[in-house]
Amino acid sequence: MSAQPYKEILHNGLWKQNTGVVQLLGMCPVLAVSTSVVNGFSLGLATVLVMVLSNAAVSPIRNYMPNEIRIPVFVLIISVLVTVVQYLMNAYLYGLYVVLGIFIPLIVTNCIVLARVEAFASKNPVLPSAVDGLAMGLGLAAVLAILGGMREILGHGTLLSGLDLVFGDAAKAWVITLIPDYHGFLIAILPPGAFIGLGLLIACRNFLTLRGERKAGGNAAISHADGGVAVSHIN
Amino acid sequence: MRKTLAKASVRTALSLLFFAVIGTAVLASTFSLTHDLIVKTEEAAKLKLIMQVVPQSLFNNDILADTVTVEASKQLGTDHPTTAYRARLQGKPSAVVLEAIAPDGYSGRISLIIAIREDSSISGVRVVSHKETPGLGDYIEFARNRWISVFDGASHARYKEDDWNVKKDGGQFDYMAGATISPRAIIKAVHKALHYYEENRSRLFAPAAARPSANNGNRSGVQVQEVKE
Repeated sequence: MSAQPYKEILHNGLWKQNTGVVQLLGMCPVLAVSTSVVNGFSLGLATVLVMVLSNAAVSPIRNYMPNEIRIPVFVLIISVLVTVVQYLMNAYLYGLYVVLGIFIPLIVTNCIVLARVEAFASKNPVLPSAVDGLAMGLGLAAVLAILGGMREILGHGTLLSGLDLVFGDAAKAWVITLIPDYHGFLIAILPPGAFIGLGLLIACRNFLTLRGERKAGGNAAISHADGGVAVSHIN
Repeated sequence: MRKTLAKASVRTALSLLFFAVIGTAVLASTFSLTHDLIVKTEEAAKLKLIMQVVPQSLFNNDILADTVTVEASKQLGTDHPTTAYRARLQGKPSAVVLEAIAPDGYSGRISLIIAIREDSSISGVRVVSHKETPGLGDYIEFARNRWISVFDGASHARYKEDDWNVKKDGGQFDYMAGATISPRAIIKAVHKALHYYEENRSRLFAPAAARPSANNGNRSGVQVQEVKE
């Protein structure tokens, strides 16, 4: 296989079919956990891990699995992997585990994981499937990190707070205080801030896409026609 | 027709079973690989929290193992038995760490740990979990604000009954403008817990009658029965 399909898979996951701002799947963690960069990105990475593993696990058995029970088997595989990730986080990243709490098991119900397994991994070889999981997951993690950053700056005036949960107490010094003696902008931290922030991100992404298409001229019409065919975008 | 249907069902069910067995095996092995470490990290986290309210100079016993079960109590705001940790210095009781709930926070229950020295002065208080408004009522968290230290050293010798209130209500305790409900709830809970301690002191420090037995894995020693409400 040439590099071209992989490039396209990456482009799909990170930009064209981005989970967070285009497909709008898996909104529960996006809205609830994106209160800071560290929280958002950590849950994003946990999701990446689960997506890569679940895609890679489903792909090799795709031809042996009875069609009728594929959904229960997918759900079984995903929930096993999520529980494994949860155990590992509990053991090695306890602080973060406490903060992300109930959202780790909820990765099971994040429809993007099952969606990629069903739409991609059950029809493609192992390596492209794993790359697809990686790209889709990273797309989501990026949205979580950017949204988390926006809310953290506006809400607390800091960046990277809570990094000590991942790297131990030494990381407390790495917190960047952008606005000293800031009293906080409450709505950014509360749930409405998540919706407003996500809306702005979607608008921003649409603006960039439209501008790209206008520059590309006639190609825009083709790229609108469907989601899957290789139409190269210029961003 | 019927026979093929039955056959297909059995075959599909068997392959589902196959996946279930593999999945369970993966889970079981991960569990056994991480279990010891999880127990260890959770105990370390608990010890870290306890050390925030009981200075290391106050104890040299294995505080996580020296526990007593405290029955649910109105004074502590608890509705299920909790575990109290006892600090001892050279075998002599020096402090006890109680769990308490302030039921009347701005958005529900605020759960606390309260350490009380043997002489019934408060050694320290920390908020374990709460749902107060972020940026407004969350200064009760030690990580955000040192407000919770107002309790350090507080006792009935230092404060009269009426002093256990925010200054706005005629008490002696500071609070932050804009959020009085959260500190009010915590002050009330700490005050009640102090009363609980004074009434149950001897029970709380009662020596652990039975060492944890191997078969039930329960670390608690004796049962403390609640008499007064």
